[in-house]
Amino acid sequence: MGIRFILMVNKQGQTRLAQYYEYLTIEQRRALEGEIVRKCLARTEQQCSFVEHRNYKVIYRRYASLFFLVGVDNDENELAILEFIHLLVETMDRHFGNVCELDIMFHLEKAHFMLEEMVINGCIVETNKSNILMPIQLMDKAS
Amino acid sequence: MAGSSIMESFFQRSLDDLIKGLRLQVTEYNFISKSLEEIRREIKSTDLQTKSIALEKLTYLNSIHNIDMIWASFHVVEVMSSNKFIHKKIGYLAASQSFNESTDVILLITNQLRKDLNSGNQFEAGLALECLAKIGNTDLARDLTPEVFTLLSSSKDFVRKKAVAVMLRVFNKYPDAVRVSFKRLVENLESVNTDPTAAIGVFCELCSKDPRSYLPLAPEFYKILVDSKNNWVLIKVLKVFSNLAPLEPRLAKRIVDPIGEHMKRTSSKSLMFECIRTVVTCLTEYEVILKLAVEKIRDCFLSDNDDDPNLKYLGLQVLSILGSKQQLWAVVENKEFVINSLSDLDPNIKFESLQLVMEMVSEGNVAEITHYLVGVALKSDPEFCNEILGSILMTCSRNVYEVIVDFDWYVSLLGDISRNPHCQKGEEIERQLVDICLRVAEVRPEIVRVARDLLIDPALLSNPYMHRILRAAAWVSGEHVEFSRNPFELMEALLQPRTNLLPPLVRSVYIQTAFKVLVFCLSSYLVPKEVISAPVDNLAPEVSAETSEQEASLCEGDEYFDPRMSRTGEDSNVDNGQASSSGSLENDPFTHESIFNMLNMIKMALGPLSGSDEVEVLERARNVLGLIDLMEQEIPGLLAREGSLRGEEVQGSRVLDLLQNAFSKELGPVSLSAQQRVPVPEGLQLKENLSELETVCGDIDLTPSSSFSLGSVPFVEKYNTQHMEKESEVSTESTSLLTEHRKRHGLYYLSADKNASGSNDYPPVNEMSNPIDGAQDLLRLTSQSVDSKKKSTSKRRPVVVRLDDGEEATTSGVEKAKDSKDDILSGAVRNILLGDESKHMSSQSKPPVTGKRNGKEVSLDTGHVPQSKETLGEIENTSTSVSHHSKERRRRSKKKDGDKEETSQKEKQKSHRSGRSKTRQTAEIQSQVIPDFLL
Repeated sequence: MGIRFILMVNKQGQTRLAQYYEYLTIEQRRALEGEIVRKCLARTEQQCSFVEHRNYKVIYRRYASLFFLVGVDNDENELAILEFIHLLVETMDRHFGNVCELDIMFHLEKAHFMLEEMVINGCIVETNKSNILMPIQLMDKAS
Repeated sequence: MAGSSIMESFFQRSLDDLIKGLRLQVTEYNFISKSLEEIRREIKSTDLQTKSIALEKLTYLNSIHNIDMIWASFHVVEVMSSNKFIHKKIGYLAASQSFNESTDVILLITNQLRKDLNSGNQFEAGLALECLAKIGNTDLARDLTPEVFTLLSSSKDFVRKKAVAVMLRVFNKYPDAVRVSFKRLVENLESVNTDPTAAIGVFCELCSKDPRSYLPLAPEFYKILVDSKNNWVLIKVLKVFSNLAPLEPRLAKRIVDPIGEHMKRTSSKSLMFECIRTVVTCLTEYEVILKLAVEKIRDCFLSDNDDDPNLKYLGLQVLSILGSKQQLWAVVENKEFVINSLSDLDPNIKFESLQLVMEMVSEGNVAEITHYLVGVALKSDPEFCNEILGSILMTCSRNVYEVIVDFDWYVSLLGDISRNPHCQKGEEIERQLVDICLRVAEVRPEIVRVARDLLIDPALLSNPYMHRILRAAAWVSGEHVEFSRNPFELMEALLQPRTNLLPPLVRSVYIQTAFKVLVFCLSSYLVPKEVISAPVDNLAPEVSAETSEQEASLCEGDEYFDPRMSRTGEDSNVDNGQASSSGSLENDPFTHESIFNMLNMIKMALGPLSGSDEVEVLERARNVLGLIDLMEQEIPGLLAREGSLRGEEVQGSRVLDLLQNAFSKELGPVSLSAQQRVPVPEGLQLKENLSELETVCGDIDLTPSSSFSLGSVPFVEKYNTQHMEKESEVSTESTSLLTEHRKRHGLYYLSADKNASGSNDYPPVNEMSNPIDGAQDLLRLTSQSVDSKKKSTSKRRPVVVRLDDGEEATTSGVEKAKDSKDDILSGAVRNILLGDESKHMSSQSKPPVTGKRNGKEVSLDTGHVPQSKETLGEIENTSTSVSHHSKERRRRSKKKDGDKEETSQKEKQKSHRSGRSKTRQTAEIQSQVIPDFLL
């Protein structure tokens, strides 16, 4: 499995979105999020965006007040994951218009939807922004 | 009822309300539990709208605040089965967030999923696929395979790519699905007008688990590698190839050119990185592309001008892959960058560069590099400092200190490292100090010197990380007290008041060392000195006049060293420590007065310990005091303040002689397998039950005999022998016992002959400095000692006793037993692919097909005779119908589950035993699998 989990966390370390591609119990999730968030948030701009944690490699990137953290297998391409994060942010930008933390908080299900369009089973299946947003836009129109 | 539900939905808090509420709270806890109460009430509502909103809120709390929602799983199923898409969506999201394989209600959703998968609405199908991808268990995978299979060739991209991705889960859970749907999956990879992103992702995952099965697909992958313009796809396909290439050299050769093309052309760093990584992991034999890759590493990742820590880190990482592949030149080429990165701001980068620096260590530069690193360690934070020290210790001791030539230097380096305030590597340093002391005879004087410096420093005693090191230092200086320049000083260090900070086990080693030092001093004092000191007397004045301290210590490199000699040159050195006891002495430290003072000091220091709570400490302290008592009885004059026993024939000296001899026996390293090598004597019944003997000798105290030498804990042996002597102090001639023992159990003393060959090298030092016959030429002496010094420091590597076999941990190539499921999966895949291939090729050649089949079955199955018969039967009618085939498959896989363990065991055996035939067979497979591609 390429991608194991995707987290969005704000500066204060509060989780704003959590998507796991392997089953973890609630306790495991809580522990994992706590440890990883602490590790990543403590790092400075001058340090690289990769952190090894247990058997994961965590690749993170900060956009304004929001950290995007992606846990991957050890042989995943770090730079490609950074590009994936960027793609995710651009996609959200296109939909929400300059996405911010509140957008994700109040439209969590949409964020999940986008992710599900992009990643299934830890594999990236779609990298085209219009394709990713198509079902959400349809739903918006319908409702 | 209806009224209440309207009321409910009217006053229900929406998700937005919940989130807004949460944001207002300082402490979320109370608010969440209140909301949960509401949700519990609302979710029971009959109104689907109310229910789904409640569920939506619950899902939110679950995913963000980690609130348990298993209790609501039945409601999730209810909402999933709604006809309205908007509810269904909420239900599916809740299910994929909260269900797992063992959730019980999962049994209930099979039909719902099937219905949605077959739905005309592609979004409903999409929901079902996403859900299946997350929670699919074996049952779901089995029951829904036909539906997913249909969707694999859907005309709608939206659904098809999801179906492709779901296949990964289905295959993992239900390998038999491969038979049905593998071909369609491959079609998704091949087809020109679809996006292969999903398919290549799936194959990349499959490949990483069992690459060999996917070799036949190499042509398809190759086509993607050459044609695709999508970086993501290219990265994935490169990953596939880096799994496949090691299995098939011809394939590796083929992909060199396209990868080179990509490297030259691409502007994308991620693709570049993947190309480089592929090259350094599996294409290192191809020089041209390797050179190109290293060049690109330097240009794109290790350039100083764009200061991107990510690129830096990755660049160092690929360099270390190269380093581990014996391509050190690439690392050395970037030496400067690597060393600069040691002081980077990012700890990750520092660790990487540290590893690389250690890779570069060789015999020639070890001193230089470690010197630099120790400097860096002093300036670093504690964590990184220990990382550095740890890797220095590890690298230098690698393969029995193979990079170390100058052990004197290394030992003093160990001393320096121990003094690093952050150092927490006490355990390892302890091990190495003792280990080197046992293995390298020549370095012992230096170790004793280093140990003395450590022992004498009272500040070190308060650092708990130092205690292990101090223990080793104490043991070394006790064991080789004859190299000590000043035993009295050593004794004072061992008994200094602050030693009460030490843990009991370390302290007992201290006291034991004190015992050895005491025995040494007493016997040096009491044993008639004429015998030994005759040659020394002549030498002493010159030495003391001319030679420096250093040389004096070199002179000590003598097994039969007499401490009286060394004293001559170093009075100044002693003065600082204990002017009272020895400052006034000119030639001989072992005066009556000094001995008297020492005995008093010991009694003072150890007296209180004879009542210690710690048995080890207590016992050792009593040993020492007991010896003093004994001496007092034997030599009444000893404890008189004034008086002299010089030259008298003293009775007590005989006892001392024995003890001294016992301690002077040299300890060598013991091979771990030493005991196994002792042949069982004839007539010895090892397996017989000895319980009957209990009645006979039940009351006999079985004291542990000293014949078990414990290789890893050298002191123990020492203690044991020592105990024995204490018990039978009066008459036993311990040395003769030891030699006797050695004669009889020569095998235990593995190092005996090796030591002998080692000490051939090691005496020359004293031969060189000692053989001063007739004409005592001072010049010659000094030049000699300088010579010998030069030799020992610059050139010749001392002999390191090394026990060839036993020491390396018995690393039998333990192969990981494959997960049986993987096995089934890969088996199924091979079946499909090779069966496929065989159909293509059957027109070309018939016999190879059977051969290949056989090979495959051998590597797959357990090797049961009936099964191989079955396969033979299969081969005979290659064109059996699918259904028949599938039945057989299923049966076999069931059987396989049954004797899973047996399988893995047998497989292991087989891989050992029939490795050759297997490789031959697999080679056969390969050569037939992709011929059209390669030829």
